[in-house]
Amino acid sequence: MAEEIIRVENLKKWFPVRLGFFESIIARRPLFVRAVDGITFDIKKKEIFGLIGESGSGKTTTGRMIVRLIRPTGGKIFFHNREITRLPEKEFKPIRKKMQIIFQDPYESLNPKMTIYDIMAEPLRVQQVGNEDEIAERVYKALEDVELIPPEEFIHRYPHELSGGQRQRVATGRALVLQPEFIVADEPVSMLDVSIRAEILNLMFDLMERYGVSFLYITHDIALARHICERIAVMYLGKIMEKGNTEDIIYEPLHPYTKALMMAVPSPDPTAKRIEVVIKGEIPSPVNPPSGCRFHTRCQEYLGDICRREEPPLIHVGKGHYVACHRYSEKKK
Amino acid sequence: MKAKPVLQVQNLRTYYKILRGYVRAVENVSFDVKQGEALGLAGESGCGKTTIALSILKILPPGGFIAGGKILVDGINIPALDEYEMRMNVRWKKIAIIFQGAMNALNPVYRISEQIVEAITLHEPGVEVSEARERAMKLFELVGIEPSRIDNYPHEFSGGMRQRAMIAMALACNPKLLIADEPGTALDVIVQAQVLKLMKELKEKLNLSMIMITHDLSIITETCERTAIMYAGKIVELGTVKTIFKEPLHPYTQGLIGAFPELKAPRMRMVSIPGSPPDLLRPPPGCRFHPRCPYAMEICKTKDPEFINLGKEHFVACHLVQKK
Repeated sequence: MAEEIIRVENLKKWFPVRLGFFESIIARRPLFVRAVDGITFDIKKKEIFGLIGESGSGKTTTGRMIVRLIRPTGGKIFFHNREITRLPEKEFKPIRKKMQIIFQDPYESLNPKMTIYDIMAEPLRVQQVGNEDEIAERVYKALEDVELIPPEEFIHRYPHELSGGQRQRVATGRALVLQPEFIVADEPVSMLDVSIRAEILNLMFDLMERYGVSFLYITHDIALARHICERIAVMYLGKIMEKGNTEDIIYEPLHPYTKALMMAVPSPDPTAKRIEVVIKGEIPSPVNPPSGCRFHTRCQEYLGDICRREEPPLIHVGKGHYVACHRYSEKKK
Repeated sequence: MKAKPVLQVQNLRTYYKILRGYVRAVENVSFDVKQGEALGLAGESGCGKTTIALSILKILPPGGFIAGGKILVDGINIPALDEYEMRMNVRWKKIAIIFQGAMNALNPVYRISEQIVEAITLHEPGVEVSEARERAMKLFELVGIEPSRIDNYPHEFSGGMRQRAMIAMALACNPKLLIADEPGTALDVIVQAQVLKLMKELKEKLNLSMIMITHDLSIITETCERTAIMYAGKIVELGTVKTIFKEPLHPYTQGLIGAFPELKAPRMRMVSIPGSPPDLLRPPPGCRFHPRCPYAMEICKTKDPEFINLGKEHFVACHLVQKK
């Protein structure tokens, strides 16, 4: 088994809901948005792990917690088997060098007042890596890695002079310049046009192959994840519903939510079966998530009382395939 | 197909005047939409697909104008109409539009009922408010929202319900043609599937014609009979969905389809089209796709390819095909 680089155990993030004065008197206890509510997974070295979910499922919060842009409410985060959850900021700084993030919107994540060179050099300056010559060398190297060639063409430009795809390359280059071991890619292509999406995803794939960088690829697009991820986890309302090898999940989804999600994905092939919508309604509010299994309100394979009362554990059904559904825990007994 | 066209667009040119010159957003675009048919308009951002929709309704932003060509709706030439005639006879009654991002298209300070009633009474003077309300409730039923929720404010609705309310509103004055600009974006996959299914059902039930504007080819396959592929202000290929996806002839169409991942297909490396779309202020001479085209020849750099009919409703603008 490949060496593991990141592991999260029972990770939680509850955001307090701000109430008005009057409401706070009426409410008996403080309310929380349970954005992430106890999830466990691990990412191996040289792996692209996909985290899939609809908006509000908690996938972005998870990514941000791992790189410590948000502090978790509970649970543990391990980096190379060392717990980093409560590490003081001073000790965390050298680890930050090894963990980077690429944001969704390259139109907003690059400072418009800085040149590409300064954008790329900033992380090195913050981390005090070498002198200006070494910084320049690293910046050039990173630009070449993300195929902004020749680098001289780009270093003096400003973000507004670049196309969306080029900007996302700069954002990727900036994440790469510190030679990290792990990168969180939060919907890196959802703002890009179809014809250039593939470029960025292929770039991620190549960087993984060439440098052994691991990625957490956060996306709502199962079809994209399918082509670059080794393993995926499907989230719903702050919980992992199913995780395992991409192939197993695509061809043999077990959880009713995963099945519904996949049936709803439109296919570009005109001879393929047209979509069927099997579930009704929309994702419930995470402030007051449904009791028991969070998906029971929309489930097409609802078993009865047990789904409403008990939260199904994430159980192993073989070959690293996990599912949180009473259908399978019942069978196991 | 014998059905007569509801909309005919002929050699449409729409430009935007800006300080540095004219942005040629739509150049010589021709297509038609038949009764009860859904036509897809696919392309990347900036290719002019939304501009076509805005031209059809004559709601171009300041600086935008129709520089030439015809848009015929039931035999009426849209560019020749004035603002009053557009409002009284065309918008809402003949053609309605659902804008991108239903989240923001409803006015947050009015009840949804008020907004639908306003649309009806404004375009059909003489209809009583109570009657318009009655109609609004029927529309709600049609799009699958509980009619009793008609007096809600938009923020009380979820994203999918708002999109449904927008569709109900667009149908308020019985239009023949519905234009949907990116109906799926900003919605979650499952909700998107629900909305697309609703639109398909409405099309059947009301014998509606539709134009689906989207960058997502799979949405077009899911809902349309024919599709046009646009690139840099021009239609490069037009045909039935089946022909376009199974036998694409234009290199751009081929590239676009290749860049689209399929869920159940074997795992593979995705293909992209190198480069990015041109600046429409100074579009490249000849075929606008030639700087990115893997098969570009000498003639492509100088001569604009004609839009040729290959029969069976298949049109393509490419020198490569012309040569054969």
